[in-house]
Amino acid sequence: MANTQAMCTSFLGEILTATHNFGTAPVRAVTTPDVFKAALYLTSATVDASTTAYSASNEVSGTGYTAGGVTITGSPAWNAPTATNTSTTAGTAFTTPTASITYTTVTLTTAFDSVLIYNSTQSNKAVSVHTFGSQTITAGTFTLTMPSNTTAAALLRIATS
Amino acid sequence: MDESLLEKREGSLDNDNETTTWVEYWLDGELVHRSAHVALKQAPPIAAEAASLT
Repeated sequence: MANTQAMCTSFLGEILTATHNFGTAPVRAVTTPDVFKAALYLTSATVDASTTAYSASNEVSGTGYTAGGVTITGSPAWNAPTATNTSTTAGTAFTTPTASITYTTVTLTTAFDSVLIYNSTQSNKAVSVHTFGSQTITAGTFTLTMPSNTTAAALLRIATS
Repeated sequence: MDESLLEKREGSLDNDNETTTWVEYWLDGELVHRSAHVALKQAPPIAAEAASLT
C-alpha cells in the first residue's frame, strides 16, 4: 500500500451540494436544492468566467421572453451530484439538468449565442456560461438539450487529473 | 393560412460543442417562423488540485 497526494473525489461531489464551508456562506434554512435559471445573452454580450451574477445587461429581449430567462425544471431539476474516481489521484464530480431548457413561443430577432446558468435562490449568483452557434427565433421555440450526465460530458464538472 | 404558400427551410450545425438544427417558414419572402434546437455535447471541466507541501 502507498499513500498518494490527491484531492478527495468525494469532496468534489460535496462542493456541488454545499457540504463544506471554508469561509462566510449563506445560511441555509432548507436542505432542498436551490432554484437555478437559464438566461440567454446576445452575441454582443460579455458573459464569461468573470461573470459573478445574473445581469439583464445584453440579455436577449423579445416577445414571449421574460428577463431572467426560464427556471431549470424537472423532477428533480438536476441529476444527483455524482463523484467518480478515475485513478488514485484523479476523479470527477458532475451533474446535469434532467430535462431540456426550453423557451417556448418566443421572438428573439437579435442574434444570441450563450446561456448563463445562475442560482436564483442565492442572489442570482452565476454558475456557468455555455456558448453555441448564433441563433435567432421568430414565433418559435428555442430548445437547449443537455449533454449526457457522465464524467466526460456533464454540464457541470469538477475534475482532478 | 394556406400552408401550401409557406416555404420551409432547414439547416444544421455539428461540431465538438453542439449539434444544432433549425427550421424556418417563409411567406412571400418574409420569415414567419424560426425554431432552433441546440444539443450541447459537453462543457469544459473545472479543474481542482491538491497542492504539494514541498
